[in-house]
Amino acid sequence: MDEHQRRDYWRRNLRLMAVLLTIWALVSFGAGILFVEPLNEIVIAGFPLGFWFAQQGSIITFVILIAVYVTRMDKLDAEFGIDEYEEEVHHS
Amino acid sequence: MSDIQTWTLIFVVLTFSIYIFVAYRSRVSTTSGFYVAGGGIPAPANGAAIAADWMSAASFISMAGIIAFAGNGYGGSVYLMGWTGGYVLLALLLAPYLRKFGKYTIPDFVGDRYNETARMVAVVAAIVVSFVYVAGQMAGVGLVFTRFLKVDTTTGVVIGMAIVFFYAVLGGMKGITWTQVTQYSVLIIAYLIPAVAVSAKVTDVPIPQIGFGTILAELDALQTDLGISEYTAAFGSTNMLNMLLITAALMFGTAGLPHVIVRFYTAKSVRAARYSALWALFFIALLYTTAPSVAAFSKLQIIQDIEGTQLSQVPSWFNTWADVGLITQAPEAPGAVGAPISELPGDTVLSYSDVFVNNDIIVLASPEIGGLPAPIVGLVAAGALAAALSTASGLLLVISSSVANDVYYKKINPQATEARQLLVGRIAMAGAIVVAGYLGINPPGFVAQVVALAFGLAAASFFPILVLGIFWKNCTAMGATAGMLAGLLTTMAYMLWTIDIYGNGEGIFGILETGFGTIGMLINFAVTIIVSQFTPKPSPLMQELVEEIRYPGKTELVAQHAQGDV
Repeated sequence: MDEHQRRDYWRRNLRLMAVLLTIWALVSFGAGILFVEPLNEIVIAGFPLGFWFAQQGSIITFVILIAVYVTRMDKLDAEFGIDEYEEEVHHS
Repeated sequence: MSDIQTWTLIFVVLTFSIYIFVAYRSRVSTTSGFYVAGGGIPAPANGAAIAADWMSAASFISMAGIIAFAGNGYGGSVYLMGWTGGYVLLALLLAPYLRKFGKYTIPDFVGDRYNETARMVAVVAAIVVSFVYVAGQMAGVGLVFTRFLKVDTTTGVVIGMAIVFFYAVLGGMKGITWTQVTQYSVLIIAYLIPAVAVSAKVTDVPIPQIGFGTILAELDALQTDLGISEYTAAFGSTNMLNMLLITAALMFGTAGLPHVIVRFYTAKSVRAARYSALWALFFIALLYTTAPSVAAFSKLQIIQDIEGTQLSQVPSWFNTWADVGLITQAPEAPGAVGAPISELPGDTVLSYSDVFVNNDIIVLASPEIGGLPAPIVGLVAAGALAAALSTASGLLLVISSSVANDVYYKKINPQATEARQLLVGRIAMAGAIVVAGYLGINPPGFVAQVVALAFGLAAASFFPILVLGIFWKNCTAMGATAGMLAGLLTTMAYMLWTIDIYGNGEGIFGILETGFGTIGMLINFAVTIIVSQFTPKPSPLMQELVEEIRYPGKTELVAQHAQGDV
């Protein structure tokens, strides 16, 4: 990668991170804590929604967020021609 | 010997034999194998190992009980969100970059990126945090042996030490990793089977994550009748500010714990490090989404079994745990020990509020409470041992590598041959196991509290300087050292200051000591950034190196650095 490509790669990586971390904060601190009371008014399959986000929904969302991250980074790497990862251990 | 004891013995002997076999197959002879399993662990296996490493005796034995009984029900969500949300931070902000940087330990990164002072601060912090943790694990091993096999705590801990000694000293990280993969399998099966069985029995829905929705309304109504706030009610036991701060402290603390971070060095590549984080959180989520359902089902059953029942007619699980003092009369003051149930006359009609149920028995007793057969009880005991042993071995490796790599090789004898380093690593490991065993047999009274506080300390010390070290090229060594000390000292000071004996239990703005790590972390960030403005910038070479760890694939400078040429 040359200088220009590197900047491009890094900017796109940061943008992906920003989107994912925003969702991360919204489901846990948002739906699970800050807005839990209004969300609890909605009940689905026995679960008050705010309570569900705090004990189930946020955890499920976290797994999905990392899954999106790894697949998007795979694509980004492929686009920039990174297909050879350092397989060897390079510890001193 | 009762049925339950026989089955426990069968499962414990069976699982321990498997661990020893697996460990023998993966013994090592190089330092890289000993510290990071030669960096050759495939992502799903590494993920399972991280999950076993992470889920300690506390996650397996105590968490469901804490959710059910320590607060109203919703209050326990801080642990569920906090201990999983940290993995998103690890995956996106730390794992790929630390893997690219290479090396063996957190102090290695801190020392190379900043300076030797910062390295030593990091070594001390890593060792302290790990010892605090490992003492709790050994105590957990002793607990399971005592309750299920009726041997004394010392014998239980010594057996546990012998097993860990065998596979950790022989196999180092490689042996530990493959054993942890096996241990994860044991503990998740042991956790899921009773949960699925109880959910199917109570609700006809065999998926506990969905099933417990159908009993929440009933549980809410029961708690209202008993005069406790509803199970699902927000802020029934902890206010909003503390919910936010504690959750954040646990998340950022998770992302700063040395024994978790080091696992990403064992991945094959940057890409494998990312996938390891995904697999790890997936495996952890299986248990963490099940725990709140175990909590809800157990609480409902326990209230129904106890409330209004005559003492002579309680179900057998009640007497089993009352006999070992884990169900008592409600203590006079919070934190005090209640009087034994046996002091009550047999015709006493029990009320839920007069009885104290220890958090730790919920998972261990759930098969009995749910009326499941003896083999399942034995399986749960083996699962609890797997959780405690796997976490203990991961922590011991951090201690051993900190002593042998960061102190002995880097400071005392840089000329040491590989065989020599390996010997020192093994001796350090053996020494750490003996100390850990001693702490497990004679646990200092404050262990439980300190484990909770360790997250705050990790958040306030490690997280900011790791993230800034990766994402901000101009973050300076003096900035990082000052930030780390400022975060660590303010957090420790607040924790000491709010201890009851000084009469400041209320704290500032009512912030609980477990949540203060978040404030300490913000102080660390601020101090690091401000001091970095006024201190000498990192060398151009270091800035170029930090630039390079952003890109996966082979890059020249990182390779040279790894060879020790830079």
